Amino acid sequence: MSALAALIRRDIRIALRVGGGALIGVLFFLTVTVLMPFAVGPDLALLSRLGPAILWLGALLASLLTLDRLFTADHEDGSLDLIVMSRTPLELACAAKALAHWIAAGLPLIVATPVLGLLLNLDGTATLAVAATLLAGTPALTFTGMIGAALAVTLHRGGLLLAVLVLPLSIPVLIFGVAASQAAISGPLPFGTPFSILCALSLASLVIGPFAAAASLRHGLD
Amino acid sequence: MRLSGRNLKCVRGGREVFSGLDVSAAAGEALAVTGPNGAGKTSLLRVLAGLLVPAEGTVALEGGDAELSLPEQAHYLGHRDALKPALSVMENLSFWREFLGGKTEDAGRCLAAVGLDHAEHLPAAYLSAGQRRRLSIARLLSVRRPVWLLDEPTSALDTAGQALFVALMRDHLASGGLIVAATHLPLGIEARDLRMGGAA
Repeated sequence: MSALAALIRRDIRIALRVGGGALIGVLFFLTVTVLMPFAVGPDLALLSRLGPAILWLGALLASLLTLDRLFTADHEDGSLDLIVMSRTPLELACAAKALAHWIAAGLPLIVATPVLGLLLNLDGTATLAVAATLLAGTPALTFTGMIGAALAVTLHRGGLLLAVLVLPLSIPVLIFGVAASQAAISGPLPFGTPFSILCALSLASLVIGPFAAAASLRHGLD
Repeated sequence: MRLSGRNLKCVRGGREVFSGLDVSAAAGEALAVTGPNGAGKTSLLRVLAGLLVPAEGTVALEGGDAELSLPEQAHYLGHRDALKPALSVMENLSFWREFLGGKTEDAGRCLAAVGLDHAEHLPAAYLSAGQRRRLSIARLLSVRRPVWLLDEPTSALDTAGQALFVALMRDHLASGGLIVAATHLPLGIEARDLRMGGAA
């Protein structure tokens, strides 16, 4: 257990230091969201209708931006070799790394959501709904994205390949995340129905992600 | 305790690196793997470390901890030093000490042993190549593992550093450990030589 705690602490510490991914993710989220009202125009009604979707897309892209480095950084400096050799099962180590990524890069996005909601003319309920769906849905983004991050190491291609691999996997999360937010704002669906499916997606990816990533890393090392 | 690899064959990128190779080293013994560039020294070490799957043959550690596999009882010191530039010297070492687990030594003492105790709080980004190597060596000391797999361990080390490392290897062998090292330079300790052929 202390090995996993050490890994989580290390990854969070690196993400929060200068040059780490945590701040970059939030700034990117902020930039995407701020750009939207300029692109859509000053139609407040339209903006608040698009708001949840814009916030969700921003969060998706921001988490993708930092996921890229999840395993490649450790691969490049040789840390991954030692992690694979260690007495900690690789699946648990992968889960710990993803958890650390979510804490350092995912949580700040959720904290920033109420501020950005103001820019998109979202009222209190709507902002709360989007924040709740992001809280339930971003773990799914991180844990499915981890599979792509592991494949990027295996295939020696980072960056864009990751986006191409991961974005299709995140479509269900996006659909139900935005649907739940819309349900809370305008109905007619009850908020609970899409929200439960969103939670289910997160739970399923919590289980599948670490195993898939570990399998990919094991077969791809050289 | 005896590390043995039998009839090992390694294929990388469709090309056979070596085949029919037998490796063995007993407790208290060092094995120096020598050979020209591209002979497969690093590949052999990575096969022993469980990081490459051999195309043929088996690797085993007899007489070690039956609960643990060979990689779990081994230290691997590769070309890449597994250090994070954003973390300080002490943070880097403490992380590996906690993460690798098992029987550990005091981190501060290990840093002192490799002559880095004055740089404890310096971010690893500011270390020189030799200092990075010293910090990697401190990792070998901070967690007790019977098998050391070393890839060009003395590269980048100054003369004093090399002498220091020779003493550390001697201690390790004296305490019943075993060493397999890929090297171009003489190791500085009594070692059996395993000569690997030229590039295929």
